[in-house]
Amino acid sequence: MDSTTLVIKGPRIIDPGQGLDQTGDILVSDGKIMAVGVLSADSVPADCRTVDAAGLVATPGFIDLHCHLRDPGFEYKETITAGARAAARGGFTSLCCMPNTSPPIDNAAVVDFLRRRCETEAVVRVHPVACVSKGRLGQELTEMEELAAAGAVAFSDDGDPVYDPNLMRLALTYSLDLGVPITNHCQDRSLSGNGAMAEGWVSSRLGLAGIPAAAEEAMIARDIALAELTGGRLHLAHVSTAGSVPMIRHAKERGLAVTAEVCPHHLTITEEWVLGRKGADAASAGLLAYDTSTKVFPPLRSRHDVDALVEALADGVIDCIATDHAPHEQTSKQVTYEDAAFGISVLETGFGSVMELVHRGRLSLSDLVERLTAGPARVMGPAFQEFATLAPGTVADIVLFDPDREWQVDTAEFQSMGKNTPLEGTTLKGQVMATMVGGRLVFEHSSWNGGNPIG
Amino acid sequence: MSLPKAIEVSADAPIHAGDAGDAGNAVGWARRRHVLDLDDFSPSEIEDVLESANGMAEVLKRDIKKVPTLRGRVIVTLFYESSTRTRVSFEEAGKILSADVINVSTSGSSVEKGESLLNTGLTLQAMGVDSIVVRHPHSGAPNFLARHLDRVSVINAGDGMHAHPTQALLDLFTVKEHLGRLEGVKIVIVGDVLHSRVARSDVLGFAKMGAQVVLCGPSTLLPIEYLGRRGESKAPEPLAGVTMDTDLDRAIEGADVVMALRLQAERQEGGFLPSLREYIRRWQLTDRRLSMANPGALVMHPGPMNEGIEISSSIAHGGASVIEEQVTGGVAIRMALLYLVVAGGNAE
Repeated sequence: MDSTTLVIKGPRIIDPGQGLDQTGDILVSDGKIMAVGVLSADSVPADCRTVDAAGLVATPGFIDLHCHLRDPGFEYKETITAGARAAARGGFTSLCCMPNTSPPIDNAAVVDFLRRRCETEAVVRVHPVACVSKGRLGQELTEMEELAAAGAVAFSDDGDPVYDPNLMRLALTYSLDLGVPITNHCQDRSLSGNGAMAEGWVSSRLGLAGIPAAAEEAMIARDIALAELTGGRLHLAHVSTAGSVPMIRHAKERGLAVTAEVCPHHLTITEEWVLGRKGADAASAGLLAYDTSTKVFPPLRSRHDVDALVEALADGVIDCIATDHAPHEQTSKQVTYEDAAFGISVLETGFGSVMELVHRGRLSLSDLVERLTAGPARVMGPAFQEFATLAPGTVADIVLFDPDREWQVDTAEFQSMGKNTPLEGTTLKGQVMATMVGGRLVFEHSSWNGGNPIG
Repeated sequence: MSLPKAIEVSADAPIHAGDAGDAGNAVGWARRRHVLDLDDFSPSEIEDVLESANGMAEVLKRDIKKVPTLRGRVIVTLFYESSTRTRVSFEEAGKILSADVINVSTSGSSVEKGESLLNTGLTLQAMGVDSIVVRHPHSGAPNFLARHLDRVSVINAGDGMHAHPTQALLDLFTVKEHLGRLEGVKIVIVGDVLHSRVARSDVLGFAKMGAQVVLCGPSTLLPIEYLGRRGESKAPEPLAGVTMDTDLDRAIEGADVVMALRLQAERQEGGFLPSLREYIRRWQLTDRRLSMANPGALVMHPGPMNEGIEISSSIAHGGASVIEEQVTGGVAIRMALLYLVVAGGNAE
């Protein structure tokens, strides 16, 4: 039997990168896609392994431009091994990991270290994002060229926005010839202050310091102006407010190299979840209020914001979905809301939760897949193209999912060490059944037996 | 996405306290275990507390202030912030009711060694205490404790900017005692409403009892979002009738009650105010302003006062002031609440 060749039989194949949406087969050999479509019997080797995927959807593996693997430095929150397994369970085959590690990813040695670690420990592809500034201190640029040459795919100071406008200008300018974007977490710290959640009636009701939408919008406005000034490639991390959307749309209309991402939680749940009832009956704050699993930066916002973001994702103003997977150990969430760490563990629930948009008719399935595959690849540039398509000759990064399967979120089943999710116990519709990286099966759902040879 | 089963059960439905015994005259109280804020109090529950406090006020006037109601019960006051009136009145209330009251403050306890709020709560619960009266600088700390402790009654003595339900109850008690009613009363709360847990609970309490609430102060210190400035997010009932006004001269017209809030010095440092001088000019409660309220209007203050800033000395100690009566009412209200919550409304 030819062990390096397999055929995935009968899924609905959606590959927005090549405008493909049809039922067919996928032939994989030596880690690469050999053929896609309705394959005749003689084009498939007789003795190869066969995977029955009838009834499932096959797409390129999802690409996450924004996650936190916490490794090195915070291995009690997450490790490369666990984070990569979580990604595989969530359908992600490529992760861009943020540099807020210890030490931070601000020199080529750390990039080398990460790449070596990931080769042996990560079941999915991990692409390091390096710091914009040395030590993420917002003062001096890192050695960007050497970092890019070592494999850094973007630059970001992550949770510490590039605050000095001149440094941001210089970063956008200096990186012009490197072919990688500058990702900024737009948040004016003077406006966000010590805020713990979105400013609005819920924050006011609960007596929690609020983060106004303008904290994000003010810095997005600044960064767009700087992108225009420099011609640099600006990627806006986790856009969360309705007011950010028209600025991004306008920037794109003017032809600026501006792209944006949005997180699953900002597309599906609101600030009212802080009241602890998972959005239901928000009238009073009882025992469950101040649910620290809802504490995230940028914060959960109003229904108005959620609706605007969904619309922006559907019409392409926002390019892609990114998880901002931010795992934490239990003790950093088992405190008062004010003391709790920001962040949600998203990799394993992200796909299931955004499928809600498809089921509610807000987004077509092929558009959703585009925002998880070709969309993020477009943000990153040519180097990512081969991860984002099922075109013959590209790497066989494939996800198989059942769009209608309902499942209950149970953090005990998480591969991620971070169990911090407000979705615990909720039912999601749409589940990843198998994930393949470079032709190797890295995740199989326990109830799925399609991986077994048939006949 | 749909809700898990556990959440469909109304989370703040009062939780059964266990051995309820004879419900006595306060039906339903055996079912309430925690006092976190007034948002889950019905108007009739609030009436129960006020009525019970009337009886407790009688006890306070006796020569020998001691009744056996809470004999054998242990109450801990756990204060992460300094306090005189709230802590002492809870202690006094508990002792008059014959409970054993233990005071824990952050200095000199394991909190100084970095023990978490959760572990402190679990430790106190393991010692078998019946109730923890907690004050904490973080909003929601009592909700957090209540969520994690299954054998202890948690009573909120003030948490961050969130709530101070016993203060609101004593304010309701004081107004009802002096004006004979709460329904239709116009109360103006003036000052730093934004950062005030007292104001938050008072708004809920007075609005639930049918009073007309007007919040007054500088725009920078009003919770504008509370009432839904942006339109798309609107606070639910009973807050819909609450209004805001930055002009105290206008707001105070026809008021039956004027409550001044403490203005903390750091608000000016935080840039919320151009100067104390301007604050005094625009929002200090003065004789001239009080003369525009209804005749017989009450002046209230949750304390501690900055005389000469949010309230003039002549008003603070003048004939309209019921500030000391608030303090006395505070002991009666806390006795009533301990009786209703810790003893489930059962006298021994």
